[in-house]
Amino acid sequence: MEREDFDRIEQAARRRERIRSAVTYVLLALWALIVLFPFYWMILTSVKSYSAYNAEYVPRLFTLAPTMQNYADAFTAVPLGRYFLNTAVFTVLTTGLMLLVIVLAAYAFARLSFPGKDATFTFLLSLMMIPNELVIITNFVTITDWGLRNTFLGLILPSVTSVFYIYLLKENFEQIPEELYKAAKVDGTSDFKYLWKVMLPICSPTIVTITILKVIECWNSYVWPRLITDEPTRFLVSNGIQEIRENGFGRENIPAMMAAVVVVSFPLIVLFLLFHKKIMEGVSRGGTKG
Amino acid sequence: MKIVLQELTKRYPNQNKKIKEDVVAVDHFTFEIPDGKLIGLLGPSGCGKSTTLNMICGLEKPTSGRIFFGEDDVTDLPPENRGVGMVFQSYALYPHLTVEQNIMFPLENFKGKDKLTREQMKERAKKAADLVQIGELLERRPKELSGGQQQRVAIARALVKEPRVLLLDEPLSNLDARLRLQTREEIRRIQRETGVTTVFVTHDQEEAMSISDWIIVMKQGVVQQIGWPQEVYDKPVNLFVASFLGTPPINVFRARAEGGKLYIGGAAVLDVPGVPDGDVTAAIRPEGFIPCEDGPLVCGRRAVETMGRDTSVVATHPDFVREEIRTIVPSGTRVDAYAPTVSFALRPEKTHLFDPETGERIPFGEETGHE
Repeated sequence: MEREDFDRIEQAARRRERIRSAVTYVLLALWALIVLFPFYWMILTSVKSYSAYNAEYVPRLFTLAPTMQNYADAFTAVPLGRYFLNTAVFTVLTTGLMLLVIVLAAYAFARLSFPGKDATFTFLLSLMMIPNELVIITNFVTITDWGLRNTFLGLILPSVTSVFYIYLLKENFEQIPEELYKAAKVDGTSDFKYLWKVMLPICSPTIVTITILKVIECWNSYVWPRLITDEPTRFLVSNGIQEIRENGFGRENIPAMMAAVVVVSFPLIVLFLLFHKKIMEGVSRGGTKG
Repeated sequence: MKIVLQELTKRYPNQNKKIKEDVVAVDHFTFEIPDGKLIGLLGPSGCGKSTTLNMICGLEKPTSGRIFFGEDDVTDLPPENRGVGMVFQSYALYPHLTVEQNIMFPLENFKGKDKLTREQMKERAKKAADLVQIGELLERRPKELSGGQQQRVAIARALVKEPRVLLLDEPLSNLDARLRLQTREEIRRIQRETGVTTVFVTHDQEEAMSISDWIIVMKQGVVQQIGWPQEVYDKPVNLFVASFLGTPPINVFRARAEGGKLYIGGAAVLDVPGVPDGDVTAAIRPEGFIPCEDGPLVCGRRAVETMGRDTSVVATHPDFVREEIRTIVPSGTRVDAYAPTVSFALRPEKTHLFDPETGERIPFGEETGHE
């Protein structure tokens, strides 16, 4: 084959490759626009003034007079800072307790042998079929009977365990080869140390995923905190947002609410970006070889 | 440290719950392993060799019987108090730790006066790593190592505690053929250098024979024969041991003994003084056949395979229990490649007779005092 032919073919291939990547980027950019639009809308609304927002019959896609007033309103109309603190305490305690409970439970189901293990586990799994809404009433009655309304304990207790996460973690634990346990036993490792030093690190991608999901769930929880608290000192941010909305001058104060939403989602976004790296690490480490 | 096993027995409840009778994994195993020796525990899968190893290690409790390390009765001790190091078939390295951390892991569990500082641990780990020649790999993680290197890490981790006894469970079965040869010599070298009493389990007879001081052949939980490799190969106590050792496998014929002579297919093939008349099973090693034109054992010739160092003659015989007789003859031997039959004389020391019912060895010739 002639030298020119070779060059021509190579050039054509390079051109095709360039077109392909261009198309990919255009499609990805479109997708990113669709995904990011609600965020843009949220931030946009939060910087429109209350009157300007209410004057727009058709909401505009931009604003020429941005204002930070809504952010000030969000923090002054209701004690949003206090709600933040409440939510942080609630989230940290719930997630921490839940991790403790599910790790120990998953360990028991995965590694120990005791009479009725399979039956108990099947029973637990069957609990997943009961919808949350059904349980909420009995939970409400129980917590009220115990006099735990408007307390952190009352907020936290119903969500310190999760059958699904126990199941997830148990499956993960069971994939760790039996010989690792034997090797640890030969060296005199206690069960607890084995769990802490070997099983948890190996399963860290799952633990991180569960933690993130639980934090998001806690941060976003609305129905249960709404039910079990009626004193504003125990409100969480989700209740706070609702409160701000109802605080407008005769109409819903949507811009102030959006400002609160921006503030509330900010920590989650930061957290997610931080953990995002960790998840990737975990996936690349655990993924290549079983 | 010598290891003494006394009437060691392990029974499991049967998996099939309808059968009340227990499964006997190891049946009254009695043996004394001398200090500093390398012992190969050999047998087909499911013969109880791994169970025996686990009992020596302390991972499983014997149903009855005692285990002594030296003078100490360790039967009821947990593994960490026995001073054993174990290497598992899959190496069982901790995937999230580096090589150094893996080797140091056993040292972290030392308590009381044995407790080591971080520096001491690092030093010991380095020493163990150097012994198995992986000193440069300390920062790597197991998945960045080849199978042979992982194997060495596992051995270093077992040795770092300076155990009294080293146990290896099928240490070579996950390696490819070339690495297997290399690693088994390596194990032999490490064992010599450290002088630690070592028991290793394998189902590969070649592996066991090549590096062991002694081999123990097991079948269905019962010890068949204990001895040094050549002795077990030359004087198998029963047909099972004879068939289990050796490649190509030993050739088994239906035969008869009459008047001190061995008959295969009506022809007297060998003098076997001292054997009572009756049916016998004759097992002949591949190297026990001597091709010669007037040889008494006439077989159908199937193929002649030249392998350079020696030649393999494949033959058939109606009284042979399987399909093909495989013999190995020196490469200089002339075998007529076109004749339909080939005749052999037999070497008496490569021919073994067994009782066709029990499979037990029937001695003849020098063994019985007859000439």
